[in-house]
Amino acid sequence: MAAESPILSLRSLAKSVPGGRVLFEGLDLDLAAGEFVAVMGESGVGKSTLLNLIAGLDGADAGQVAIDGVGLETLDDDARTGLRRDRIGFVFQAFHILPHLTLGQNVALPLVLQRAPGAEALARAGDMLDAVGLPGRAGDFPHQLSGGEMQRVAIARALAHRPGLILADEPTGNLDPETAGRVLELFAAQVRQSGAAALLVTHSDVAAAAADRVLTLTRTGLVERHGG
Amino acid sequence: MAADRPRALAARWMILGEWRAHPMRAVTAAVAIAVGVALGLAVHLVNASALNEFSQAVSTVNGDAELQVRGVSPAGFDEALYPTLARLPGVAATSPVVELEAGAKGADGPVTLIGLDVLRAAHVTPSLLGRPSGADAAHGPTSEAAFDDNAVLLSRAALDALQVKPGDRLDLTAAGRTVPLAVAGTLPGVAEGQQIAVMDIAAAQWRFGQIGKLQRIDLRLEQGADAGRVRAAIARVLPADAQLVSRESEARRSDALSRAYRVNLDMLALMALLTGGFLVYSAQSLAVARRRAQFALLRVLGVRRRALLGQVLAEGAVVGLAGGVAGLGLGLALASGVLALLGGDLGGGYFGGVEPELVFAPGAALVFLVLGLLTAMGGSLIPAREAARAQPAVALKNVGDSVDPRVAPRIWPSLLLLAVGAAAAFAPAVGGIPLFGYGAMALLLAGGVAAMPWIARTMLTPLQRVRVAGAAVDLAFKRLWGAPSQAAVALCGIVASTSLMVAMAVMVSSFRGSVDDWLGQVLADDLYVRAEASGGGFDPATQAALARTPGVARMVFQTSTSLRLSPDQPPLAVLIRPFDARRMPMIDSATPPAGATPVWVSEPAAWLYGWKPGQSITLPISGQAAPFFVAGVWRDYSNQHGAVSLDSADYTRLTGDAFRAGAAVELAPGAKPETVIAALRARMPPGLSVDFAEPKTLRAFALRLFDRSFAVTYGLEAIAILVGLAGVAATISAQTLARTKEFGMLRHLGVTRSQIVAMLATEGAVLGAVGVLAGIGLGLVMSQVLIHVVNPQSFHWTMETQLPWTLLASVAAALVAAAAGTALLAGRRALSADAVRAVREDW
Repeated sequence: MAAESPILSLRSLAKSVPGGRVLFEGLDLDLAAGEFVAVMGESGVGKSTLLNLIAGLDGADAGQVAIDGVGLETLDDDARTGLRRDRIGFVFQAFHILPHLTLGQNVALPLVLQRAPGAEALARAGDMLDAVGLPGRAGDFPHQLSGGEMQRVAIARALAHRPGLILADEPTGNLDPETAGRVLELFAAQVRQSGAAALLVTHSDVAAAAADRVLTLTRTGLVERHGG
Repeated sequence: MAADRPRALAARWMILGEWRAHPMRAVTAAVAIAVGVALGLAVHLVNASALNEFSQAVSTVNGDAELQVRGVSPAGFDEALYPTLARLPGVAATSPVVELEAGAKGADGPVTLIGLDVLRAAHVTPSLLGRPSGADAAHGPTSEAAFDDNAVLLSRAALDALQVKPGDRLDLTAAGRTVPLAVAGTLPGVAEGQQIAVMDIAAAQWRFGQIGKLQRIDLRLEQGADAGRVRAAIARVLPADAQLVSRESEARRSDALSRAYRVNLDMLALMALLTGGFLVYSAQSLAVARRRAQFALLRVLGVRRRALLGQVLAEGAVVGLAGGVAGLGLGLALASGVLALLGGDLGGGYFGGVEPELVFAPGAALVFLVLGLLTAMGGSLIPAREAARAQPAVALKNVGDSVDPRVAPRIWPSLLLLAVGAAAAFAPAVGGIPLFGYGAMALLLAGGVAAMPWIARTMLTPLQRVRVAGAAVDLAFKRLWGAPSQAAVALCGIVASTSLMVAMAVMVSSFRGSVDDWLGQVLADDLYVRAEASGGGFDPATQAALARTPGVARMVFQTSTSLRLSPDQPPLAVLIRPFDARRMPMIDSATPPAGATPVWVSEPAAWLYGWKPGQSITLPISGQAAPFFVAGVWRDYSNQHGAVSLDSADYTRLTGDAFRAGAAVELAPGAKPETVIAALRARMPPGLSVDFAEPKTLRAFALRLFDRSFAVTYGLEAIAILVGLAGVAATISAQTLARTKEFGMLRHLGVTRSQIVAMLATEGAVLGAVGVLAGIGLGLVMSQVLIHVVNPQSFHWTMETQLPWTLLASVAAALVAAAAGTALLAGRRALSADAVRAVREDW
């Protein structure tokens, strides 16, 4: 049992889709710093919805989500936004790299939003791009990149502001297996190096294998998966 | 503040990044704002410069007098008032003045002849003093030339108009008398362009038949005198045919003369700015729709809703500021060019002959800059709210049109705007300006545009059920139904420009048609004769002789004068002619009681002075305030500041003046106009200059004047439409280019290039047709506000609605074709991209 308090704590979480179909209920999870957990499940089971609830982008029907001991249900939209900005990093399946910003600006964006001075933020972005294998590319624009390279930029952006929690939604879903493998390796290494807690949702066994623990999302909550 | 700088940096990155990626969209929006600001400022500066010049001209004629007593009519008042005023406490100096309209053979326009007592004028109106030429010059302005009965001093413009130079002789005609005079010098104190002649007052009274009469008395008050008390003392001794005016009231009168026209032109110029605002709205809406996933990402990364709102508003503000600053420069250049090329008259005829210098008005420039800024920010407000409202979790999935086609758009905000707009149309004018009328137009436009999602849904829903053979048309119909918010954005521009165009076109067509009908009624005779105003006209003997001319069946003599009923208002025209209901388009009438003297008042006079049929009013026609009965109100488009018609016999009875300056001639059957004109000319008194005109010539001339006065209107309207069309083209083009991925997918599915082009053309045409139909409907409603509210409140005349069917049909066809053509062209461009790559594109 981890003695330190969890970064992410989910208690009795429940969510239905419009129309009444229950996605899950009674969902509990604690995630401590340095833990890397993968959540698997079939399409439509609610994996992305779970991430949205954790990020405060969607509201649960019942239960609590707490990040660093702060319950999201007690916060208004501005406060949830602030919490997301300061404590969470995201990696998406579709990369979502802003096409009109340079790679350096894309990676520096979370820092700038945290009011870091521009030069400092860009310097850190340069370091992060070096770390993900894109040295000297800070001034390039996204249209010059391949899919794998875009996802590297997304990983750099997710970690640039040193968040306590990283949420990744099918980060290799748009990549070929070889590129996916390299990206996963990089992602896992970067997450571990940062000391942050990470939650990866995926339907890929290969992707899940990169995590320390693998959980399966069911209607009644998260179930530990063994032997995977 | 320092802490906010990094976040501002993020916003700057986002804004600059967007503009770097799509520079033409921002430039197009800024240009639209620049054009609107430039037109507004240019029109305002041209009018303000002309008004300034015109006011200077008025003050030149009036000299430097602090106060003036003026005759209410050109006939003036008894000079006995002069010593009475001179003795009043608080009056330091007085200067009596004779002021007549004068002319000479071959002169270029009339000259204002002023008779002055030089010694007195030196203390009150020194700018009217002359500089004698030749030997007299050494003796200064009070030299002998100033007292010479035969001498006249002319301003530079008068020398040019009369084609004489100092030392020449000149036959000057005024008040029906022609007097030979010597040009003894010039008037250096008179402003450039003012045609003024000055001579000794006694000589002017004697030689032009004004003995015992003055047209005005200029006054200067003692230093420290209580102006209010002096005014009250003057008012107590004024006869009915004289009126006290001040510099302020003269300024108000000058302003009132053209104010409605200037404000209307300003408002019209602002239409281009308004359509520019819609262009900004379209551009921003599209940019927001395209960046929906980007905004969602920013929300996920921790950007607050209001920061997104601020970012989109800031984009609008920068576009507005850039467009506004460029517009100011463009407006100044445009105003300067217009003044150099056309002078100060933009077609209304208020400032004809005025050649003003450009007067820069920093206050007005600031107002137009702020209007440009607000318009651009206003155009960005709704897209900004949409950006801020976006649900990140949904938007990140990139599901396209954010509106569920099954959900009915709200109509009540639009109905509310339309209802408030309709209510505003019933409010009265404010200070003679139809502020609520303009407000009603803006609200109706806003309401109509706001209704577009609902209208688009209502009109496009049936298309979904339409089964057509061609896949291209079927796809087009489905797409229009399935992406209603995108259709609504494109429709906004079409509806705004169409409705404004239709409203103006219907108003102008109704006005022109009504003027044409009116001309047909008032110009019912075969021939019209007019004597030069300064020539005095026809005496009764001449009238009788002329009426007996062979070929003349009937000759109706008429004349006109003017009355100043209020120091703040331009004079009222008094038309003297035998009453003939057939030649007066009556709107309302009342039967005069026995013994009452009837007058018929024009529609503008009834509006301005609150006169109604059956009412008893007082007019100082005969030097004394006399009672008159308002026997009717007639439609008159020739005197914007009002006219009263008085029966000839009554006028002669009241004033003893039987001279008439013109006549309408009914020819005997078979008589030829040219023969009758020759015969009438032969019977004219020697020296009297007369003009003859047939009704068709007068009618053509009047309609030419009408068209000239609306030329600037057409020009401004055309620019507003062009800005609107540019908005439509930009919107459709951007929407089409944004669908590259969809076209790539369709190409993968086996849809041919030509089928996609046909689909886009169909979409464009259907969108154009829906927009044009809605725009025409809204435009017709707005035209009724122009016809029944703005025009009557501004110019005090009414008109019947007449629809320009041909124009409406051609514009509708052109707009539909433009929408289809733009979609088609943009589609060809979008299709030129590699279809396979397009499908793989992430954004």
